[in-house]
Amino acid sequence: MAAENVLRIENVTMQFGGVVAVNNLSMEINQGEIVALIGPNGAGKTTAFNVVTGVYEPTNGRVQFQGNTIIENHPRGKMKKLYQGENPEVFSNVISKTPDRITKLGIARTFQNIRLFKAMTVFDNVLIATHMRSKANVFSAAFRVNAAEEAANREKAMELIEMVGLLDNAGDIATSLPYGKQRRLEIARALATKPSLLLLDEPAAGMNPQETEELAHFIVKIKDDFKLTVFVIEHHMDLVMSISDRIYVLNFGSLIAQGTPADIQSDPLVIDAYLGTGVS
Amino acid sequence: MSLATFVQHLLTGISLGGAYALIAIGYTMVYGILRLINFAHGDIFMMSGYFMIFAIASLPWFIAVPIALIGTVILGILIEKTAYKPLRSAPRMSVMISAIGVAYLLENLATYLFTAIPMAYPEIPGLKRIFTFGEITTSLVTILTPVLTIILTIVLLQLINRTKIGMAMRAVSKDTEAARLMGIKVDSTISMTFLIGSLLAGIGALLYFTDRMTVYPYSGALPGLKCFVAAVLGGIGSIPGAVIGGFIIGICETFIVAFGYSTFSDAFTFMLLIIILLVRPTGLFGEAAADKV
Amino acid sequence: MTEKNKGSLVSKDTGKAYASGDGKAFAKRKDPHRGRNLTLTVITSALFIALMVWYQKNAYDHSYAISIIERSAIYAVGAVAMNLLTGFTGLFSLGQAGFMAIGAYVTGVLTIPVTARQSVYYMNGIAPWLEKLHLPMVPAMILGGLAAAGFAALIGIPVLRLKSDYLAIATLGFAEIIRALLAAPMMDTITNGSYGINNIPGYKNMFQPLLIAAVCILVMLLLINSSYGRAFKAIRDDEVAAEAMGINLFRHKELSFVISSFFTGISGGMLACYMRSIDTKTFQVTLTYNVLLIVVLGGIGSVTGSIIGSFLINGGQEWLRFLDEPHAIGAFQIPLFRPGFRMVIYSLLLMIVVLFWRSGIMGNREFSWNLLFQRRRKKKAEGGET
Repeated sequence: MAAENVLRIENVTMQFGGVVAVNNLSMEINQGEIVALIGPNGAGKTTAFNVVTGVYEPTNGRVQFQGNTIIENHPRGKMKKLYQGENPEVFSNVISKTPDRITKLGIARTFQNIRLFKAMTVFDNVLIATHMRSKANVFSAAFRVNAAEEAANREKAMELIEMVGLLDNAGDIATSLPYGKQRRLEIARALATKPSLLLLDEPAAGMNPQETEELAHFIVKIKDDFKLTVFVIEHHMDLVMSISDRIYVLNFGSLIAQGTPADIQSDPLVIDAYLGTGVS
Repeated sequence: MSLATFVQHLLTGISLGGAYALIAIGYTMVYGILRLINFAHGDIFMMSGYFMIFAIASLPWFIAVPIALIGTVILGILIEKTAYKPLRSAPRMSVMISAIGVAYLLENLATYLFTAIPMAYPEIPGLKRIFTFGEITTSLVTILTPVLTIILTIVLLQLINRTKIGMAMRAVSKDTEAARLMGIKVDSTISMTFLIGSLLAGIGALLYFTDRMTVYPYSGALPGLKCFVAAVLGGIGSIPGAVIGGFIIGICETFIVAFGYSTFSDAFTFMLLIIILLVRPTGLFGEAAADKV
Repeated sequence: MTEKNKGSLVSKDTGKAYASGDGKAFAKRKDPHRGRNLTLTVITSALFIALMVWYQKNAYDHSYAISIIERSAIYAVGAVAMNLLTGFTGLFSLGQAGFMAIGAYVTGVLTIPVTARQSVYYMNGIAPWLEKLHLPMVPAMILGGLAAAGFAALIGIPVLRLKSDYLAIATLGFAEIIRALLAAPMMDTITNGSYGINNIPGYKNMFQPLLIAAVCILVMLLLINSSYGRAFKAIRDDEVAAEAMGINLFRHKELSFVISSFFTGISGGMLACYMRSIDTKTFQVTLTYNVLLIVVLGGIGSVTGSIIGSFLINGGQEWLRFLDEPHAIGAFQIPLFRPGFRMVIYSLLLMIVVLFWRSGIMGNREFSWNLLFQRRRKKKAEGGET
């Protein structure tokens, strides 16, 4: 049935006070795809991510994950009068799962402005992400009844660290790493939550062309290895064009184009809004 | 409860509330600007009581009062410069611990210097004069306190909304960094906030202790916390809110004591705090960052 | 993937050994000083126990030292419990005194010998159901801890949703409410109202409080190093990221708050047995401030720091007692030295630590022999250079 659509965003509008950050956004992401969301700065991309992961409650719209509604809202209370978006009458339920529950369902993310656990080691940063799926309660964890599970989690964390190439840094404090490594660590940490959908928020920001190319290979590799669906926000056009199956383009909060990389590259609207500045 | 007793208690409550309001303004202004609960504010108020005792011992009251007020202001600014300013970029928890440290230090210092035995607060001539209206008896200070509180609040609001320094204070409370970039002297603005807060706490102390008649090292701790609650009740950052919060708490407390539940009068204040924080964390008047200082 | 930094802390092959599940080999290879450290630990523990046994044997001559050690152990439990919440979960609560009061009253009321009850409650009488209810010390303490934990669970639901400083003031408020409730007239037949309770049986020997404290701290240490402890630290470091990693913020904050309060309650119970008579004045905000001073001095986020801090502060209270006594050189009376001076010094100490030495003694590290030796080596190296 709807298993095809891993993520389905329907008419999502996010309005802060009088500012409409995301306007009537609808998207579909299918199993095994890499889908990119692009757009100029301030177009509302990260806001869209924050809605999907439960950080923001949208003003209107619905988000479905693997066929289940995880988020739904319609203009209520004060917003009823203030609402400037479309389709105010379509949705009637109010469902807002908290970020931790959404992660538990299988959506993991990285952050645009890297959010690592600062005072902890690389190893601990990844290990923490296994906590959610561990079956231990506070007593069995404190008194080490769960030793086998803990050992398995540690092993898994180490494997992930090795996979992202940070084995040599496993004992270092996370924030002491260079920028590029911190980004890879964020990906390892997200993978440790055993997601089926991975959201990457500007994973190549601050990387040089060589690192960006490595990252492109890496994203494709983890998508295959972990049977993931990937939803990525990115500014590096080379990366987006090379890995994406489909691309959505956002400008001033509204969707202006969607399609394959080839479609997008030739779309006059997109060129106008975004690519017109000399990118071939 | 007869009407006369009711009015009598109401007067006492309003008077207590007025003193609370003056202290609450200090909390609300400092929180508005530094996002810091100035735990030491209640103890500044207590020290002000001692300053007055010592000033009046050798000077006539009309000189002693300004001296005590100046002493309070200096103490307030000194605390800001030594205990808070070095921690501007420190984690919030450190600043809070520093504030607790100052409170603790002032209480211990007062115990050390003046002993824990309550000291008699001097009587300023005329303030305790008794008036009688029918069955109701009241003193000048009881009537003077709320009147003075309201006058001072109006003056302060004019200062904040009409003058240049007031504008600077509003700017710093909205966005410290942006204010700095606009050329506002952030540090002196913060000092100004402490100056006003301490001055009002000093006037509050004068009125409060004249009514209570004694000062002891811990006489600022609990009233201080109550006034913070008043500031939260009114909406932290809002000056009229703090004043109204002060009056509400003063009146409620007086009536709780009047009904014979004095054990719970302090607990009540904290229950009130928790209820506000849950039901309406912005307080009564703390709407949408308006009127923040 | 690229290979670099051969000489970093965890080398490639040790990492593999770890990943293959051979944790012991990993630990062994990681620490070349394991033998030395073990020996040192055994020797220091033996020395400590020997000293304690010696003190206990000569308890009459050393009652003063013993009482300081007992006090330090009790405060250490309270400080570590506060650190669990403040240092490891990032929740600044000022409710310690209140939870200690609950633990102390439950323990105290239940352990007073049945025969002594009438004399303790002679003013107000005792509630009939309580008259014959008696528990041995340790079960009573556990019950006290549970009562504190239960209360924490209740107030945690509203309070833990608050931001940092509001949380501090709300917990402080709750501590005051607890104090008011304990002293309230309707509680007279249970808590003996404002008269307080006395005749609480004390410790039989100094090993009792030390052992209880050791067990409590050990359990907290185990918790901190478990996956739950890591989740707490994640919340402390970054709430948004922690939530994105699937950590339910409220559930974990509540858990930390309840566990911390449980041990705070136990430390209150221990204090009741130590003091043997308590009233609500014992549990004023000042008590919380004292515990806070220990935590800050020892280092926010360090269990061993809190223990060291507790022994220093409580020891210092006695060593610095001379500050409170007048001194004279010949006929000249030295100023400053009179009652109250010690507490001034103490509060100044808190200020100085916060202002100039924010990491405290241990920062957020834990004591280890390696750390001690590294420090000394570093000092030597620095000394050599200059």
